[in-house]
Amino acid sequence: MKRLMLGNEAVSRGAYEAGVTVATAYPGTPSTEITEYLSSYPEIDSEWSVNEKVALEIGIGASIAGARALVCMKHVGLNVAMDPLMSISYPGVNGGLVIVVADDPGQHSSQNEQDTRYFGIAAKIPVLEPSDSQECKDFVIKAFELSEQFDTPVILRLSTRVSHSQSVVELGERQQISLKDFQSTEGKYIVAPGYARKRRVVAEKRLEELHGFAETTDLNVVHESDGPVGVITSGIAFQYAREALPDAGFLKLGLSYPLPRKKIEEFASKFEKLYVVEELEPIFETLIKSWGVKVIGKEKLPTIGELDVSTIREALTGRRLSETPLSLGYQLPQRPPVLCPGCHHRGPFYVLKKLKLRVSGDIGCYTLAAFPPFSSMHTSICMGASIGMAFGFEKARGKSFAGESVAVIGDSTFWHSGVTGLIDVVYNKGFTTVIILDNAVTAMTGHQENPSTGRTLHGTETVQLDFEALARSIGIRRVTNVDAYDLDALERVIREEVAAKEPSVIITRKPCILKKGTVSIRKEPCEVQIEKCKACRKCIALGCPAIYWKENKAFIDSTLCTGCELCKSVCRFGAITSK
Amino acid sequence: MNIIIAAVGGQGALLASRVIGQVAMGQGYEVKLSEVHGMSQRGGSVISFVRYGSNISSPVVEKGSADFILGLELLEAARYIDYLKVNGTIICNTQRIAPMTVITGAQKYPESIIDDLKKLPITIYTLDALTLAREAGNVKTVNSVILGSFAGLSSIDFKEWQEGLKNSVPQRFHDANLKALKSGFDALQGSRQTTSERG
Repeated sequence: MKRLMLGNEAVSRGAYEAGVTVATAYPGTPSTEITEYLSSYPEIDSEWSVNEKVALEIGIGASIAGARALVCMKHVGLNVAMDPLMSISYPGVNGGLVIVVADDPGQHSSQNEQDTRYFGIAAKIPVLEPSDSQECKDFVIKAFELSEQFDTPVILRLSTRVSHSQSVVELGERQQISLKDFQSTEGKYIVAPGYARKRRVVAEKRLEELHGFAETTDLNVVHESDGPVGVITSGIAFQYAREALPDAGFLKLGLSYPLPRKKIEEFASKFEKLYVVEELEPIFETLIKSWGVKVIGKEKLPTIGELDVSTIREALTGRRLSETPLSLGYQLPQRPPVLCPGCHHRGPFYVLKKLKLRVSGDIGCYTLAAFPPFSSMHTSICMGASIGMAFGFEKARGKSFAGESVAVIGDSTFWHSGVTGLIDVVYNKGFTTVIILDNAVTAMTGHQENPSTGRTLHGTETVQLDFEALARSIGIRRVTNVDAYDLDALERVIREEVAAKEPSVIITRKPCILKKGTVSIRKEPCEVQIEKCKACRKCIALGCPAIYWKENKAFIDSTLCTGCELCKSVCRFGAITSK
Repeated sequence: MNIIIAAVGGQGALLASRVIGQVAMGQGYEVKLSEVHGMSQRGGSVISFVRYGSNISSPVVEKGSADFILGLELLEAARYIDYLKVNGTIICNTQRIAPMTVITGAQKYPESIIDDLKKLPITIYTLDALTLAREAGNVKTVNSVILGSFAGLSSIDFKEWQEGLKNSVPQRFHDANLKALKSGFDALQGSRQTTSERG
């Protein structure tokens, strides 16, 4: 049977067909949907893990215990999982272990453009790179075979355009893979130096064998051509390059690490001109050049951002599709993403702006508060960093600075890696104030469950972790719950807590307005009594998409308004009323 | 066939692109779609690509090569005009949704977008899809209205579009979406004749 499938769905289908029984992940664009699709297979024990490190550790445990295990994350998630990844390289696997990592060239939803191939090289493990949905499925199955054949974890590198494009996939049957024996292995899985030194040698030998495998595997495909131009490429770049240079010959590397030197040299010898077309870093290019093979790559192609057909065509042939692209001839207003109408993050950030506090932020929907009209988040570096960084502010500028700053973090991000920062603040006698914006869901990535939602990936009920109980148990005495829509209470509590000479936690709890089953928190829309509106624009400062400005008065779009009444609270003239 | 669906996050660009993909696949075409998820869903500008035909490699439509832009919102349709090829077609909702940059007064929503588009060497169809969606029983079916208009200009039988849409939305929304699809289809029938008479 054939079906049109998202690359991410095809990855999950591949895992199903490969006989995977354990799958773990932390959500992150563009990888999130893999696990959502996986949850529909009852044969696979799938979960949202607390973070990527834990996800990989569970995968490693499952592999050593004999199962085929799949672990999924976005590229920056691999940074969090790097300790287990580097450490499992020498020991190797028992059941197959495949780590799916989705890169985000162009930074559609990410803080950087790191190239996961480097991480495969660093860990000395193979990297496979599919270029469409069919390959997503096929390569997952291949990756498991490779993992077990060579006793190695394997990385499957995706990119946004592979993960989030749809193309046709031919479905297959699920392989019946039996659990391998969980036997005593004489220190294979003990990385104490005595054992690990021996495994170091084994890992190096494995890499040598993988080099040999790379020469013969059908993961690397040659598309012949009689023309003078040859192209070495991989992943989505292959799809672009094929359209940009239809007459060229191609060596498409499905195995992007390790590289097949002989095969590449042989391919190179057939062409007068050889290009390396790779998205992001010049990894193939650097290695191929080091062998003395003449290739052209980043001299002409950009390292920054996504490639596309036009960029490749213009860079390598000088030709353009159209010399005069259609244009209106003027700049259009930008449309950046914004906090939704009724979003519970709006109240806390309105107050933080009013109090002129220095806000150490984190990663989630609330990062949008860094942009106008709020502009009330001043730093946001990586998952969970807000708390440690706020403590760093205080260490740099003196304890009194704790009275001028706060850390702000979402529920899922707090469990992911904020909790360790908070423990550090307590342990090392910080005065830091931490605001946990608990909207009861991992919202930015499209509404996933997390340890404080009380539900698992499958929607089944589970223990609901409690921020207040946790904070108290690690020694924080000042813990306050505040209604995120109550501006007066928010202001009073934040003022009190930043002034306190000890660490404090403020929890603002209100479910995400878009979360299924939260229709109950929606109320009748508000409206503006036009005769009372004094055009002070106080409501506009809330950055609510439901409020608009027309003929010097505020109006509320009743189809968008959720009745949160924040605008009603800020209007000094009583011009905004509930219907 | 290269199609771009331009919209404001939350308007249902993904659904429209997936229906086109399914219907085209049912006709035996090779199909590729590309979507953007994540950050852009929060009321930001979104664009999705559909390509069908034979020998499709890239899932992304190249600038200057789109046969159609389906604009679920006026400003967003105009934003991606550089993707359209000369003599390409825009089907556009006349609804204006002010972005935050306009709401805060930092930028102005251009008044003359439709007139300016008409000056370009393209075919343009405009319709008030929001009103048609409201009449169909659900203001959130703007995407189905525009899809219906595209169906009317395509060579694929309308029944296929009805089936494709039914397969892509939950049953409780079938009624409004199918009404919306039909109203979008009907809305362009008059103008379509005018075009072919001209041709």
